[in-house]
Amino acid sequence: MEILINFGYLIAAILFILGIKGMTTPKTAVRGNQMSAIGMLIAVVAALLDYNVVDYTWIIVGVLIGGILGAVLAKKIAMTDMPEMVAALNGVGGGASLLVAAANYLESQKLAEMGKFVPTYDWSIAVILSILIGAVTLTGSLIAVGKLKGKIGDAKKVGLFKAIVKVVLLTLVVGAGYFAYVDPLNSDILIAGMIILCLVLGVCLVMPIGGADMPVVVSLLNSYSGLAGASAGFVLGNNGLIITGSLVGASGIILTSIMCKAMNRSLTNVLFGGSMAASAGVSKSENDAFYDGKVKYSSADEVAMLLDNAQKVVFVPGYGLAVAQAQHATRELANMLEARGVNVKYAIHPVAGRMPGHMNVLLAEAEVPYDQLVEMDTINPEFSQTDVSIVLGANDVVNPAAAKDPQSPIYGMPILNVHNSKTVVVVKRGLSPGFAGIPNELLIRDNSLMVAGDAKKVLQDMIGALKDL
Amino acid sequence: MEMFIMMLTIFVLAVFVGVEIINKVPPTLHTPLMSGTNAISGIVVVGAIISSGGSEHTTVLSTVLGVVAIALATINIVAGFMVTDRMLNMFKKK
Repeated sequence: MEILINFGYLIAAILFILGIKGMTTPKTAVRGNQMSAIGMLIAVVAALLDYNVVDYTWIIVGVLIGGILGAVLAKKIAMTDMPEMVAALNGVGGGASLLVAAANYLESQKLAEMGKFVPTYDWSIAVILSILIGAVTLTGSLIAVGKLKGKIGDAKKVGLFKAIVKVVLLTLVVGAGYFAYVDPLNSDILIAGMIILCLVLGVCLVMPIGGADMPVVVSLLNSYSGLAGASAGFVLGNNGLIITGSLVGASGIILTSIMCKAMNRSLTNVLFGGSMAASAGVSKSENDAFYDGKVKYSSADEVAMLLDNAQKVVFVPGYGLAVAQAQHATRELANMLEARGVNVKYAIHPVAGRMPGHMNVLLAEAEVPYDQLVEMDTINPEFSQTDVSIVLGANDVVNPAAAKDPQSPIYGMPILNVHNSKTVVVVKRGLSPGFAGIPNELLIRDNSLMVAGDAKKVLQDMIGALKDL
Repeated sequence: MEMFIMMLTIFVLAVFVGVEIINKVPPTLHTPLMSGTNAISGIVVVGAIISSGGSEHTTVLSTVLGVVAIALATINIVAGFMVTDRMLNMFKKK
């Protein structure tokens, strides 16, 4: 039986790997996800066959509660809220790993009394690591959800949080040392204390990070939730957990580094550098002086005329587009242009949404075909042949200062070179700065036109004007 | 210690496999990738099931912790797979 169960875990791990492999193209992705789900089913059945499992009552209760909550969550969540959803699920996964480690600690005490278990150093270290990673992922993710929702603002006392982190870490090292080398089986209070400290640590690590950096934090916590699972695997000596946890850990780390590159910042700078906007922002008067009299305003009617004569149009969506719920209006305008023989594409910056790939999902929801969504490196050379680029709710990612001005706080950040197209139309409510807190040089360029207003309203006006032409 | 080295070997090799395949996932699918990996990190449910199956070595507290862990991990699994499926269906070619 033991062999059969472990074989089941192996099959599950293979299905997870094949499932992720399916995600390499949109065509095979749905099937890939289903393969992963079958893998999970096999793993659960294997666990139920374990000789330690003699009573199914409580297992069924837990599965029912979790299953209903999960299904409701998955059905109800709006696509704009996906970052919060993923952040929350990271936290839930971390919490589960934390509890598994704590439960295993209690059981090991009992087993040791019966003479069936002798604690080893690697077991104690795995228990501590599970608690640490699980607890940090749990509370860190909750803070990230709060910051994404805008309920928790950027912290002012960054230094205080950093000091707490140092003290807590030092205490944890001492506690872990005592636990592993002195008394691993009678340390209930020590373990409880360490759990609380690790929960505090998660809060203090994420609090000082700016709200604009949450995409990086969510990706990193995604990685942690995997590592928490892997460390629980070390505690239980379960290879299925170890393999799966490390896959998730690797995935999160890769996404984290992609996000960091897209913002031209190192991970250490994001985690310990404090909020970017707080240090680099300009005052309102400086902002007004920058734009003073240099911005050319246009109207929806004029832009419609421009579009009527265009051969190639690129849309540049930013998170502002999703806030204005203008995805469908964008798609409608794009459809009209295509019907007139215009070549339409969408340029997607890696940090266009609030998490990796978020903008693609929002546009896919509006039924934009995915082959029109073009990555930054592919679309950048095409801007010089583009007649009209329409920037919708994006700001810092189209600021030419990032490429030219070494003084700029965003200097070196890769941008979409919309300024190379014949005409750039920027749809924006007003001239307020974006996340980086600096004015946008794009708006005072000769080939730029600004249309002030809500993205959805402006797009609908353009559609109306184009129909009348 | 022998057991530990074996587990470490599996861990390191699995990380390499993960890096290799995940690097091939296009940016378009990064959000579903994250929610999908959310779902498979619910594999801790395996540990939770063994902890709350109630054989001789469990205590009341360890069973309670195990059941809560099952509920949390199941949220991850069910919500993760369902929401990923919802998203991926939007990417299907019309």
